[in-house]
Amino acid sequence: MTAKNEENTEWVTCIARVRDAQDKAAFARLFAHFAPRVKAFLMRSGADAAMADECTQEVMATLWQKAHLFDPARASAATWIFTIARNRKIDALRKARRPEPEDVIWGPDESPDQAEILALQQESEKLAEAMAALPEKQRALIEKAYFGDLSHSEIAEQTGLPLGTIKSRIRLALDRLRHAMK
Amino acid sequence: MTSMTDTINHHLTDALLMAYSAGTLPEAFSLAVATHVSMCDECRARLGAYDTVGGALLDESETVTMEPGSLEATLALIAGSEEARDDTAPCQVATTDDVLPAPVRDYVGGGLDDVKWRPVGMGVKQAILPTVGDAEVRLLHIPAGVAMPDHGHSGTEITLVLKGAFIDDKDRFARGDVEVADEKVNHTPVADIGEDCICLAATEAPLKFKGLMPRIAQPFLRI
Repeated sequence: MTAKNEENTEWVTCIARVRDAQDKAAFARLFAHFAPRVKAFLMRSGADAAMADECTQEVMATLWQKAHLFDPARASAATWIFTIARNRKIDALRKARRPEPEDVIWGPDESPDQAEILALQQESEKLAEAMAALPEKQRALIEKAYFGDLSHSEIAEQTGLPLGTIKSRIRLALDRLRHAMK
Repeated sequence: MTSMTDTINHHLTDALLMAYSAGTLPEAFSLAVATHVSMCDECRARLGAYDTVGGALLDESETVTMEPGSLEATLALIAGSEEARDDTAPCQVATTDDVLPAPVRDYVGGGLDDVKWRPVGMGVKQAILPTVGDAEVRLLHIPAGVAMPDHGHSGTEITLVLKGAFIDDKDRFARGDVEVADEKVNHTPVADIGEDCICLAATEAPLKFKGLMPRIAQPFLRI
């Protein structure tokens, strides 16, 4: 097991403890790791420090309240928290609604299969590794697309290169995710 | 829920899925993306991959130290909201509908029968859905065999078929199919002859109609 792998497993366990036992110590560990990252994300998206701090608290509170909807067979903890932070950003910074697809299945209908959880978590790690290995310039562009406010046409113009580079990795992630959705 | 469609041939572009995942699309486009994803397992999986990219970026990103006491403040926030818990039920529109997937029902405030259509000429009807931002999104009802007014556009246009089909150039777009057109495309979608066509269309900028009739129609269309 890699260090990253152990870390991801720990976050999954912490969220389960928040869900099952309202475990404040587990929550504090999640908070220590993710809150400063969510705050940085919100500040790069245009929030000032005070607003970012407040919104991050709300994001972390949402994590607690919706812990029962987290499904580790479908997303890593980081991915799930990213989607919560992104939705908060749209709501608080852009004052817009976020239309969500019908039947988004974050909620486990049955208890997730351990092998599926492991496979999904590993695929997320591989994707992260592939992105970390990107040349600095390409990585910066993808970061700008997610954390900045690059319009989709600007992304279309600018991201051909990095998307091409991570495409094979995304395709693998796709197969994995598609399997997990079935 | 609305039935899935196995025969979708025209999908969303990577750029649109990535921007939707990143949360940078105007609301009107987000509605079109969310609606297509509601009907398309393929794009739902691709979107999942882009969310994973976002998660990886978040995990690897720089950090900004939280204010002292923010953990305690968050726990207080949680304690406070647990007392006032009962209003947390999602305000999903209760109706189901064979044509409109849930994201559209949310904006219509009901099913197809609740859409407030306005005639725009040639038998074509539209209903603009309320969104904020620069872009617009509308439902279009085009009688079988009738052409959309001839138009080009100065920005991206996404047209998603919800009922019937339309034909543009050589391609046929049926339920679930999405046409993504940029300003280079001068297209003339024609509703298939079999039945009336209902589409969800998001536009980034005003459509540019050509020819007299459409130019008259434009102020009514509010496009």
